[in-house]
Amino acid sequence: MIENNKLYQDLTKTYTRPVEKIVKFFITSAAFAAILISISIVFTLLTEAINFFQDPAVTFKEYFTATRWTPTFKNPEYGVMVLISSTLYIATIACLISFPLGLFSAIYLSEFASKRTRKVIKPVLEILAGVPTVVFGYFALNWITPNIVQRFLPGSGVFNALSAGIAVGIMIIPTIASISDDALKAVPNSLRFGSLALGSTRRITAIKIMLPAALSGIIASFILGFSRAIGETMIVTIAGGQYPELNLDPRRAMYTITSSIVNVSLGDTPHGTTPYNALFALGITLFIMTFVLNLASDYVARKYRKEYE
Amino acid sequence: MNNAITGRKTENAIKESMFLFLLYICVVIAILTLMTLIYDVISTGFERLTDDYEIGIINKIQVENPRDFLTSLDSRDPLKAGIGPAFAGTIWLMFIVVSITFPFGAGAAIYLQEFAPKNKLTRFIELNLTNLAGVPSVIYGLLGLAVFVRLAGFGRSVLSGGLTLTLLILPVVIVASREALKAVPDTIRQGALALGATKFQAIFRQVVPSAIPGMVTGMVLGLSRAIGETAPLIFMGALTYVNYYPDNPLSGFTAIPIQVYNWIGYPQAEWKDTASAGIILLLLLLLTMNSLALFIRNRFEKDW
Amino acid sequence: MEKVNLNTSQENLSKEFVFKADNVSVSYGEFVAIKNVNLDIVKNKITAFIGPSGCGKSTLIRTFNRMNDLIPSASVSGTINYQGVDLYDKDVDPVQVRRRIGMVFQKPNPFPKTIRENIAFGLKVNEMTDNIDDRIEKALTQAALWDEVKDDLDKNALELSGGQQQRLCIARTIAVEPDTILMDEPCSALDPVATKRIEDLMQELVQNFSILIVTHNMQQASRASDYCAFFTTKTSDDGKRRTGELVEFSETNSMFTNPKEELTEQYISGRFG
Repeated sequence: MIENNKLYQDLTKTYTRPVEKIVKFFITSAAFAAILISISIVFTLLTEAINFFQDPAVTFKEYFTATRWTPTFKNPEYGVMVLISSTLYIATIACLISFPLGLFSAIYLSEFASKRTRKVIKPVLEILAGVPTVVFGYFALNWITPNIVQRFLPGSGVFNALSAGIAVGIMIIPTIASISDDALKAVPNSLRFGSLALGSTRRITAIKIMLPAALSGIIASFILGFSRAIGETMIVTIAGGQYPELNLDPRRAMYTITSSIVNVSLGDTPHGTTPYNALFALGITLFIMTFVLNLASDYVARKYRKEYE
Repeated sequence: MNNAITGRKTENAIKESMFLFLLYICVVIAILTLMTLIYDVISTGFERLTDDYEIGIINKIQVENPRDFLTSLDSRDPLKAGIGPAFAGTIWLMFIVVSITFPFGAGAAIYLQEFAPKNKLTRFIELNLTNLAGVPSVIYGLLGLAVFVRLAGFGRSVLSGGLTLTLLILPVVIVASREALKAVPDTIRQGALALGATKFQAIFRQVVPSAIPGMVTGMVLGLSRAIGETAPLIFMGALTYVNYYPDNPLSGFTAIPIQVYNWIGYPQAEWKDTASAGIILLLLLLLTMNSLALFIRNRFEKDW
Repeated sequence: MEKVNLNTSQENLSKEFVFKADNVSVSYGEFVAIKNVNLDIVKNKITAFIGPSGCGKSTLIRTFNRMNDLIPSASVSGTINYQGVDLYDKDVDPVQVRRRIGMVFQKPNPFPKTIRENIAFGLKVNEMTDNIDDRIEKALTQAALWDEVKDDLDKNALELSGGQQQRLCIARTIAVEPDTILMDEPCSALDPVATKRIEDLMQELVQNFSILIVTHNMQQASRASDYCAFFTTKTSDDGKRRTGELVEFSETNSMFTNPKEELTEQYISGRFG
């Protein structure tokens, strides 16, 4: 019932300003652009990769079973398993280094370090995280290879998988450390203090109480680190060299998916040729691998995270 | 009985110290590696960057560093080669990246944080953003090649490079901007609305201005990531021997990390010094940007 | 609860009401926060909502300026008649409502800007920008803050003391010339001296505004308000939920000296709450 007409008129006035509408449209589109980008990535990789497989010179079977990756040779071979195995090999070396170093650094930071020490070490890790990969590549080629790999592993070439693996591992340490640190910090103090109050030592508390409690976050960081190691490009391109055949010798060069993408584009490969399309076949292979790993990392972090009140 | 307790105590104490020692080692290795890296780069490149010297046998040329290093073109002679065009290319890229990333990134963040309904579609957008942040940078390069270089017809230009880098850091910038918006307390929104402001007025006149320092910090940090990237730009023709300054957005270009990558690849020993000099410059640039971000954060971010 | 009327119908005619709430209930999804409220709020008087915590007083007061609209799961049933208009009529714009019915919050929430800008904001969004400096001065004077800040209008509002900040919030609310001010425990974050100043301020403001105040402080209600509404909670049958209800509503004097309901008497004498 409307008894007060004037007031009703006033209360039902709505102003729409055109500026508001325009801005709202813009920001909504900006947000939806995120979906657009994802779709573009998948679409682009897919279409060009399909072109690759439609080339009579290449078959699915060959892609997965050939033993060499030599797109620029006179009789090109397109065996991706060489690249995948090298990629996994180097990524594994990287993880063997970064998982313990990163995890223990995180345990130190969250369970043992004083506030002052944390204030010093955390920035150092952040600086490490900010170093461009090309710099790590330089470091691997010019310092790690001569001073570590060639010294301890005689017979190593200038380009070798071990050097690249070590450098990638160092690069990933901040990722492992900071995510694990967050996971450990998220465990409530009541668990920490409860264990210590029972007479337990810091070491036992850290290993038997905190680690299991933060395990989901830590595992998620491992999976993420592995994913990053697989996707790393410049370090392996600079220090890992090219060796297009399957081999497991860390002293020799190795050709990963990422470094072969770089090398194909370096050469004279005009659009439409098989080597050009091969780029995208590799791209989608890499994308699928990292995508699955990233999903797994997210899944582990969510599903197994213990909800604390 | 006393012995039992003290015996246990010593055994525990040893285990404690060993564990702590293990942790220390890990942290020290990480720190030492960084220090070694920096030391190696500086010791190799510092002289190249700052010394003055004379080159040439018949026609002697005086080289004055760092001025000449910063402004010279690339060259076949490692002692003459300079980072001028690469530096210019990096600056061009910075401008392009900021001018597109900041409005889109901030806009998307404002929408997602303040206006988006909490439904499946919004969740899907957020999921996409998280996934995009984990895609290797080389794949963004491939995307840029297909979309900007070929489809849009921008060719192998600094514009294509800048747009590709924008795509790379956009997810990161959006997340950082969202955090800045989340940090503004809800009481501010409510206070504005209670005065008869529309949601739009409350958000854009009170919430966003308060979140700007955080958003700018996020932008600067994203930018510093972008200029250190090499892989995405490889497909933009940046690896070819670029010996000129870009003069328009559709011009060819090179960038500092790309130039350094080229120099690393040359076999002669002197190139190592040149590459290190380039790296020092790159690291200084990043240091400046990160300090700027830190400065903005400390000076302007509100302590709610 | 039966409809609780104020005194006789003859006195009803001579009073003007700013709000008439008829069988109002507020729910958040399935959960009923407060139900079956029947209240007639008298114009230009101070009406206090008192009762133990959790009985929906804040929820109820927010229905009067449609602030509950901001919570997606909130729903309001029943009618609230605001000076002859159904406040929840489908064409009524909440933005217009909030200009006429202002709100002061529990924790002072000035904008992180200058004092001047805090007041100017409300004026600008409501297009009351003529003579803006005079309006600012008038609002600060009415809020008993002008003398303290008149030389520092460009100072950041966050540098003021708690009591000053709250008076600033009151100033910016009254600057847009509402007819009603809703106050949700405005003094609970303040010290006793600042509290007293605000209570004195309320007595001055009520000459020009109708004031609804939610308070935990019974003494404050008894000394500062003209009318009082006492709420309590009723636990659901499964013991899990508590829903608020209006127990008694009358002139403050008579409620505190001669409460009609036993629950009221128990609360007032401090036996629970």
